[in-house]
Amino acid sequence: MVDRPFLQVEDLVLHFRTTHGIVQAVDKVNFSLDRNQAVVILGESGCGKSSLAKAILRLLPRNVQKYTGRVFVSGKDVMKYTDEEFRKNVRWMLMSMVPQAAMNSLNPVLRIGDQVCEPFMNLTGSSKNDALAQARKMFRYVGVPEEFMQRYAFELSGGMRQRAAIAMALVTSPPLVILDEPTSALDVLTQANIFNVLKTLKRELEISYVLITHDIATSSELADIVAVMYAGQIVEINDASSFFVSPLHPYSRKLMDSVPRLRGDQEPDFIIGQPPSLLAPPGGCRFKDRCPARFAACDREPPMFQRDGHLVKCWLYQDVQEAVHD
Amino acid sequence: MIDPNAKTVMEMQPAAGPAYAVEPVLMSVQDLRVWFELRRMGFGHVGDVHAVDGVSFDLHQGEAIAIVGESGCGKSSLMKTILGLHRPTSGQVLFDGVNVGKMTKEELKRYRSKVGYIQQDPYGAMAPFMNVERILEEPMIINGIRSREERLKRIRKALEEVKMFPVEEFLPKFPHMLSGGQQQRIVIARAMLLEPKLIVADEPVSMLDASVRVEILKLLRGLQEKHRLGVIYITHDLSTVRYFSQRILVMYAGKLVEQASVDDLLKHPSHPYTNALLAATSDPDAANAAVIRDLPPGEPPNLINPPAGCRFHPRCPHRIDGLCDQEIPPDFLPDAGHRVACWLFKEE
Repeated sequence: MVDRPFLQVEDLVLHFRTTHGIVQAVDKVNFSLDRNQAVVILGESGCGKSSLAKAILRLLPRNVQKYTGRVFVSGKDVMKYTDEEFRKNVRWMLMSMVPQAAMNSLNPVLRIGDQVCEPFMNLTGSSKNDALAQARKMFRYVGVPEEFMQRYAFELSGGMRQRAAIAMALVTSPPLVILDEPTSALDVLTQANIFNVLKTLKRELEISYVLITHDIATSSELADIVAVMYAGQIVEINDASSFFVSPLHPYSRKLMDSVPRLRGDQEPDFIIGQPPSLLAPPGGCRFKDRCPARFAACDREPPMFQRDGHLVKCWLYQDVQEAVHD
Repeated sequence: MIDPNAKTVMEMQPAAGPAYAVEPVLMSVQDLRVWFELRRMGFGHVGDVHAVDGVSFDLHQGEAIAIVGESGCGKSSLMKTILGLHRPTSGQVLFDGVNVGKMTKEELKRYRSKVGYIQQDPYGAMAPFMNVERILEEPMIINGIRSREERLKRIRKALEEVKMFPVEEFLPKFPHMLSGGQQQRIVIARAMLLEPKLIVADEPVSMLDASVRVEILKLLRGLQEKHRLGVIYITHDLSTVRYFSQRILVMYAGKLVEQASVDDLLKHPSHPYTNALLAATSDPDAANAAVIRDLPPGEPPNLINPPAGCRFHPRCPHRIDGLCDQEIPPDFLPDAGHRVACWLFKEE
């Protein structure tokens, strides 16, 4: 067997059928992740980042037109699994998800403790008491008082509900958690608190994260690797330490310039124009219409070029090295 | 005396603006209280939600201020009272010297034509069955601008001001045909149509993508400077504040805890709550991933039974027992123009 990283996504494609045509939400996405690492998928709304999360976890709506590619978790290609195998062996066992607006995804008519322990009970076949004990343990990790297990979702504040949703994703101790905008609806202090929890969990339980967000400033709270997504494609994969200082792709650079900063005094800038429609994305580089560095080559689709071990999908880096793959 | 967390807030340029302190006062909020009564089964007094509890500040002509606070701190109730949507329980809101809380229906209507309101969610703020032209015409019809030519002229001017070119192309469009940034421009254009003196902007960019946010903030700032508008910018995001306002008011649990110029507040944050807010706001920096932030424990208090004394004392790392938990701190003035409601600044 080839020695693969813990999570490897290869040529993942997810297209949806709509009345207006085919939406190319995820278009040949490649990335990989080691154990106890966190990758941030950065992108603006409509770039396909939530669809990518759904594609990895196979949480698909009915109107899927095309769903191909390979997803290796711990060396096993889980795309080959049937839905039932996937449900039993992958979802919640190998990877779980904290959905967007997780605070509203809790069942309003079940007690928090009961719903948090449910996946554990179902998947491991253990007794309710064991499952509750496991849930209690997870509540301690995320910092929710134990007595809250008896309460209903509406009795908890937004921050507490978000913590409960994280506890639920962790209850079966999966090695990988996918976080889809985990703090976008929360206040600054609550947000910072949740990131403290996520960081502690990463240290203590050696969890890997895929964090999906549009918030560049808070994404740096967790990131080891940054992958920037634009119009359904990943355009740059870079180490956090290098990305937040000198991003490579022109889109990443513009995105970084648009972040208002509390410390430091550069004026933020904005990106002119709008991202292309995923119904009929333009040929060539998808960012070319908004790109300040556009030149003749941009009419052809750029491959991923490698620079100092980082990947960037832009013709500006052509001379540096041969393409990694087309 | 308080260590304002490890990072220093560096020299920065506040939004340029007139020397507002010499300008006449446009709006004065005086010891404002907005309480909501809680009833059991529809009657029988059970308690009050002290949403706004003794807030005072002045807004000068052409000045942009930011009210910063977390959800549930009462900033929306304060805003709605300023807009004349809630009546104050006590205290008053004076606009050009007239008490907003005592206005009749007719007077309120006239008042609202002088106050523009920019909503948080632009899509929710526009009727989906009206096109842009109709959306922008509506406030003028209500406020008795009879001539259609005059209305169209103003619409054109407003759309040009928010940089929606070419104007003709946007007039027949419906809100769902526009991007989030364009929708927010229409809302701004609508707020500007009746040539207001004051703009109340409730989290105008929180629903927008990062790349558009700055564009909208710059647009608002341009309009504010050009028309010398008073602006109340309500937000929970401190990082956008300094590109837009001259003064910051920090609100916690229904009270203002600190007021200062943007420069002063970011360089010398004084109230422990302001310090916590600043510590919790991250800038993109890979080093963030390695630190567990030092944050106050717990959550904002219930406003039905707010804690006695300083409302932040149960979470405060600098609490003085016997003082902070018993007596409400008055405003202290560590520097000129800087007000802090915290016992740590009591002069001996």
